[in-house]
Amino acid sequence: MIKVEGLTKSFGRQQVLRELSLEIATGTITIVIGRSGGGKSVFLKHLIGLMRPDTGRITVDGVEISRLRGRALDDIRRTYGVVFQGGALFDSMSCFENVAFPLREKVRTPRDELVKRVEAALAQVGLEGVGPKYPAEISGGMRKRVAIARALVTEPEIVFFDEPTTGLDPVLVNTIHHLILDLHRRFRFTAVVVSHEIPEIFEIADTVAMLHEGRIVEVGPPSMIQGSTNPVVQRFIKGEADTSL
Amino acid sequence: MPDRPLAPALRPFDAVGGWTIAVVDSLGRFGTFFAEALAALTPPFKFRAFVDRIHFIGYNSLLIIFLTGAFTGMVLGLQIYLTLVRFGSEAFLGPAVALSLIRELGPVLAALMVTGRAGSALTAELGIMRITEQIDALTVMALSPMRYLVAPSILAGLVTFPLMTALFDVVGIFGGYLVGVKLLGLSEGTYFGEMQTFVDIGDIMVGFWKSLSFGVIVTWVCTYKGFNVGHGAEGVARATTQAVVLSSVLILVWDYFMGSILQ
Repeated sequence: MIKVEGLTKSFGRQQVLRELSLEIATGTITIVIGRSGGGKSVFLKHLIGLMRPDTGRITVDGVEISRLRGRALDDIRRTYGVVFQGGALFDSMSCFENVAFPLREKVRTPRDELVKRVEAALAQVGLEGVGPKYPAEISGGMRKRVAIARALVTEPEIVFFDEPTTGLDPVLVNTIHHLILDLHRRFRFTAVVVSHEIPEIFEIADTVAMLHEGRIVEVGPPSMIQGSTNPVVQRFIKGEADTSL
Repeated sequence: MPDRPLAPALRPFDAVGGWTIAVVDSLGRFGTFFAEALAALTPPFKFRAFVDRIHFIGYNSLLIIFLTGAFTGMVLGLQIYLTLVRFGSEAFLGPAVALSLIRELGPVLAALMVTGRAGSALTAELGIMRITEQIDALTVMALSPMRYLVAPSILAGLVTFPLMTALFDVVGIFGGYLVGVKLLGLSEGTYFGEMQTFVDIGDIMVGFWKSLSFGVIVTWVCTYKGFNVGHGAEGVARATTQAVVLSSVLILVWDYFMGSILQ
């Protein structure tokens, strides 16, 4: 269980997160939706320990990670897999080396087993034979899938996806969403996905949380969010133009 | 509570105070970064990354070191010969070229050349890794970016800068030989014989300590700037320029202090 209580973060005079609270149940897919620039990625960076809150606390299975540093924080991070918005693949390494990297450096897997696991991870995301290629030689959708393979190869307990479908065509968006769902069914990890792909995400989410102006304004199963009477949620789901701009 | 506007007479003090705090803050960050890099020099040592950095900083700079070393030696040979010949002291061309290169020009010019070629590339590479979240990816894998990216670069700087300097010195002395002996007719025995008389191990150690410290300065500055890059391509470009300028200035300032201490 990931529990976020009263999370506040400001950059200079701009307050990005305001008393944000959210509970993410173990083994579920929770999708955080909200407008671009609304603080979704900042929220995710707090969950993975790349940013520290000004106030508030984040606990993962009872451990308060917002106060941890060094090795104690690394111990928690070892249970994480993260898929960054742009993939964040190491461009000096081939796709095989990228996927092998956490296995080699994080869990020190023997060579024979490492090769098997990397090939299996690439096959799971439908990328057999792509191993020798470099990230610059493959398409954006393939890079996202290699990033997913890298995040999952160590069989993490919690996987964070930062806008995994941004910039992809509708077919690839669907492919990536169903890949996440399929892998989640197989490995039963807790998934936290930051996205603004409406309505596709309602098909894969167990819980949807709407982040607006630094707060979670609505949280619940997809059906509840779709039927919400909150005008902010309805406007976002329907993609209505903001006339206040 | 909103900030009250300052009285006009106080605004210069506010500006100076703000600037001072920013300078002290960035110096603190710079120092902390180096301390973290030193802490990352403990085992497990990333030997592969270290060899890769030696290739990146040293091997890739060989051509520019050869070219600048040769022409520096040739210019020194010509200018010093033209000066010494006025006093009838052209026999001292060899030691004059060698001492200039070994004590001063070799370490400084080699460091400036490596900064221009490898230091800028190091900053740009790390800057791009920062803005494309590759450094964040390392961090969330519970792997230290300091251990993988910074510590091997600083160690490689310690190894490659003295080697590049030695190479620069040798090529430069040979360049002086080509001009002094082959072009201007000085005897080969005089050029090298007087060099053996006047150049001792103390002179070589001066150059060695200088190049060693430049290796640390350049890799420290360039990795720091790459790690703390701004946003986008403009941020990387600015960080790269700042890294080269700051490294070059620090090389010259530190060279003066080292020269004063290691007389």
